[in-house]
Amino acid sequence: MKLKTSLLAASAMMAMLAGGVNAKTLIYCSEGSPEGFDPAPYTAGTTFDAAARTVYSRLVEFAPGTTSIVPGLAESWTISEDGLEYTFKLRAGVKFQTTDYFTPTRDLNADDVIFSFDRQGNADNPFNQYVAGISYEYYTSMGLDTMIKSMEKVDDLTVKFTLNAPNAPFLADLGMDFASIVSKEYADTLMAAGKGADFNNQPVGTGPFVFVAYQKDAVIRYKANPDYFGTKPMVDDLVFAITTDAAVRAQKLKAGECHVMPYPAPADIEALKADPNLTVMEQAGLNVAYLAYNTLQKPFDDPHVRKALNMAIDKQAIIDAVFQGTGIVAKNPIPPTMWSYNDAVKDDAYDPDAAKKMLADAGVSDLHMNIWAMPVQRPYMPNARRTAELMQADLARIGVTAEIVSYEWGEYLKKSTELDRDGAVILGWTGDNGDPDNFMNVLLSCQAAGEGGANRSHWCNEEFSDLLAKAALASDIDERTRLYEQAQVIFKDQAPWLTIDHSTVFMPMSTKVTGYVMNPLGTHAFDTVDIAE
Amino acid sequence: MIKFILGRLSYLIPTFIGITIVAFGFVRILPGDPVLLMAGERGMSPEHYQEMMARLGFDRPIWQQYLDYLWKLLHGDFGNSIVTKQPVLSDFLTLFPATLELAFCAIVIAVVIGVPVGVLAALKRGSWFDQVTMTSALVGYSMPIFWWGLLLIILFSGNLGWTPVSGRMSLLYYFPTPTGFMLIDSLMSGQKGAFASAASHLILPSIVLATIPLAVIARQTRSAMLEVLSEDYVRTARAKGLTPRRVVGVHALRNAMIPVITTIGLQVGVLMAGAILTETIFSWPGIGKWMVDSISRRDYPVVQSGLLLIAGIVMVVNLVVDLLYGLINPRIRHS
Amino acid sequence: MADTTASKSPAPGTSRQMLAEFWFYFRENRGAVYGLYVFLALVAIALLAPLLAPHDPIIQDRGALLVPPFWQDGGNANYLLGTDAVGRDILSRLIFGARYSLFIGVVVVTIALVGGIVIGVVAGFFGGWIDMVIMRVMDVILAFPSLLLALVLVAVLGPGLTNAMIAIAIVSQPHFARLTRASVLGEKDREYVMAARVAGAGNMRLMFRTILPNCLAPLIVQATLSFSGAILDAAALGFLGMGAQPPTPEWGTMLAEAREFILRAWWVVTFPGLAILITVLAINLMGDGLRDALDPKLKRS
Repeated sequence: MKLKTSLLAASAMMAMLAGGVNAKTLIYCSEGSPEGFDPAPYTAGTTFDAAARTVYSRLVEFAPGTTSIVPGLAESWTISEDGLEYTFKLRAGVKFQTTDYFTPTRDLNADDVIFSFDRQGNADNPFNQYVAGISYEYYTSMGLDTMIKSMEKVDDLTVKFTLNAPNAPFLADLGMDFASIVSKEYADTLMAAGKGADFNNQPVGTGPFVFVAYQKDAVIRYKANPDYFGTKPMVDDLVFAITTDAAVRAQKLKAGECHVMPYPAPADIEALKADPNLTVMEQAGLNVAYLAYNTLQKPFDDPHVRKALNMAIDKQAIIDAVFQGTGIVAKNPIPPTMWSYNDAVKDDAYDPDAAKKMLADAGVSDLHMNIWAMPVQRPYMPNARRTAELMQADLARIGVTAEIVSYEWGEYLKKSTELDRDGAVILGWTGDNGDPDNFMNVLLSCQAAGEGGANRSHWCNEEFSDLLAKAALASDIDERTRLYEQAQVIFKDQAPWLTIDHSTVFMPMSTKVTGYVMNPLGTHAFDTVDIAE
Repeated sequence: MIKFILGRLSYLIPTFIGITIVAFGFVRILPGDPVLLMAGERGMSPEHYQEMMARLGFDRPIWQQYLDYLWKLLHGDFGNSIVTKQPVLSDFLTLFPATLELAFCAIVIAVVIGVPVGVLAALKRGSWFDQVTMTSALVGYSMPIFWWGLLLIILFSGNLGWTPVSGRMSLLYYFPTPTGFMLIDSLMSGQKGAFASAASHLILPSIVLATIPLAVIARQTRSAMLEVLSEDYVRTARAKGLTPRRVVGVHALRNAMIPVITTIGLQVGVLMAGAILTETIFSWPGIGKWMVDSISRRDYPVVQSGLLLIAGIVMVVNLVVDLLYGLINPRIRHS
Repeated sequence: MADTTASKSPAPGTSRQMLAEFWFYFRENRGAVYGLYVFLALVAIALLAPLLAPHDPIIQDRGALLVPPFWQDGGNANYLLGTDAVGRDILSRLIFGARYSLFIGVVVVTIALVGGIVIGVVAGFFGGWIDMVIMRVMDVILAFPSLLLALVLVAVLGPGLTNAMIAIAIVSQPHFARLTRASVLGEKDREYVMAARVAGAGNMRLMFRTILPNCLAPLIVQATLSFSGAILDAAALGFLGMGAQPPTPEWGTMLAEAREFILRAWWVVTFPGLAILITVLAINLMGDGLRDALDPKLKRS
């Protein structure tokens, strides 16, 4: 105890020395190391938290706590009548951060915006391969490479994007982390000095926090950006303490070694809630976990068989045992917090007897099947193996013998897209931009049903796909809502998936922390957070 | 002596080439690959996949990749991580001090406690002290250390709150780390309390990592002492009327230390294996955890060069122990 | 270890006497005897697991998730040591887990012992470049920390109990090879070998019938050590998610699954680890006794 007090005293003194009077430090126990500090080439949320949400900002942003689009670096925009031209008016006087390693000589302008996208989509851009072998996964997979026809600098503070075809989710794409705006001046400086690779280690952006130092696999330090164009962060210093193990993170939070932590283990949530020094914020996650049947394989090509299996599985039991009750049973492919969620759809009720009969009516007896359980934890599914075991036990009750198979994660992802895959696969999805298109089109459309595509049920229903295509072209949100609602009815009727759950996302934090806003897209941002001394 | 050293060195070259083959070969037959992991749940078209593999140079024949790898190694290039895009060597050098600091503290604990305990147990053979310490040593030797670490965390960090849960340093301190050793850097920073913080973070992981070497060293010291005490010259010394302290201090201990030093040297491999588990449990940013993470991310260059560097270190340490042994014990040199 | 050749090739009829002598010395070491008792009890538990276990180890009781042991509030006598996250009885899982651990030990030691002996005898007996090549390969394997190499091997072969056992056997095999080789080198120029050679014994017979039986003592001690080492390593691999896969009631895997509950349910963490510790300790105690009984050098002192 004595040691502890002296430590506290010493640290208080330190804080005074370091940041003048009353420097406030927020410590965030993050779940892993960032892959780098340039958000564009990466796909992991951990990297986005550490780079995109701290150092950078984007043309448009998602308003805190929602998926609605608000102005960011662009203070306004206009969309042409035909939906092909997007013209962004940039905020004037936005400063790039001044750091030990870079001092900007000019404010943000249209060149930076064009550079930020061109380097990702244009292989001839000298900065496209600033590190050998780099690639821009999100830019490609969100379809920006085929969507954008041209970008044009109208004047210093005006940029015009021209698209090949109207695309309603385009604006939301620009709010995503990979679309962070980087400094062309900084890139050019590095290139001239032959130190291009530093672009990924020593970031310079326009965001709320300035990068200070990264100690590999241990600590990332930031300080508040004094030139930030938005509301200045409340804390002076922000520290990411990298702690990969969920139980250890929880221990550190309880011990006061950090103030906020993401992704608690479901088992710990009760204890964290009971701690008087902690509060646990929660929010429905923008995600879904599913069991995708291979609809090309007999007898799973018959919707009746799929429905029968769906009815045999007790989803509430999965929520209880795997999520410790912290999640909700899913009935649609999109989560209830997303617009166009069709609450009128009725889920297949758990009824083993009816399921058994339905299976017999479909002429199926003595069924053997594989259940694929992924080897890793994901936000939508903390323990696929355990889920598969529960399903196995349920299916045995209606006379279906299920075997659980698993592969190394990369293999799993690849093999699960193969057309002749044997068995039903547990997988899920976390939304990128809050648009229903980002769930249904990516996961269930005919385009995605080929080998290598994300449609793991290989289910191609023309009527369903047509509805999605229409919805993507329409710009009126009411019309889009109606189309997506219809699509969900078809989905439930055809049952290419067993929809398992939408997990609840928890953020335990010290009671000293105020102003934290949970982001439905699953990223973590600290510009609005304050901490009491 | 020089001939002896050269002889030992000549063994190293074929072994080292063997190690490069194992490191490279195993890593390349790992199922799964980093490109697939990058795509995640969204999948990737076969064409795009091929393009990515080509970009990383994985589409060429494996022997060609191996020769390339060797060629680069000869020039000191250990390749770049696929995930972080950083040179593997620089990542290794940033993380290695953390492991070294931990391993060093562990071996200090093991030697400082293990050797005296072993000597005393041998001198008081059959006493309760002997029985208690040797039973404890056997328990330590049989310990699943990953479980032991969890128990210590629950007890000391969870229930009692005496030690920090994980990490190397209280995050409220911030100072440059020129050496990478927190104990040294915190002293050099001159910040009050920093050293205490670094030390308190080291306690539990060092104890966990020291458990097995401590048990081995205590047992080895005891049996080496017993053996020496029964040798004729010790009996002679005793018979000559030398004081027991002198017999033990001068004659027995010095001779008993020869096998003990070998044992300590051989613990390096044990420590590296233990570091994998200890670092995983305590979120210690060292190379053990780095290797486990890289294996699961299929970061080929990191895994192969990491294996190579670790094996290289183990080999060098074994060589040094071998040479030391030869130096103390001339009989070995000529056999 | 090198000097274990006090007894020469046994004359027929003395083996019973040798056994009696062995037992006499083994019994001297009280710890070893306790170890033996515990080990025999474990073997009995493993064999009789279906009779002893109160529940099926993989049956889930959905109404009894994370029930504490019977002496704690909320515990009940139906689940003496409580249940895990999906309502499986921990006691039954531990009982069945004994089967896996002993099985792992037996399989690993058998593979490593047979492989190591063959390699070691060949290297020691033929010498020259064969010896050179074999021993350099062994050096390569030993240069890697065993757990790290096993980890990479399992990643190559795919996670699972069988592959974990193969990986552990491969990394522990060089110890046997080295020991065998050293013993063979010490034996092969002795008179009784010469005599057998003159009498016309072939290489195979010389290697495995004449020389090998005289090198067994250190191998037996090493085998005991490897037995407990294999159990520990398999548990470590299970803990890192690379060993036996759930719902297999293997102790290390149980620990890995239980890790998320260290704050909430101490019993799912504590008991499997304790089971590993007790088993490994019992075997190591036996190993100590065996060494004392088989190593004439220590007998003297």
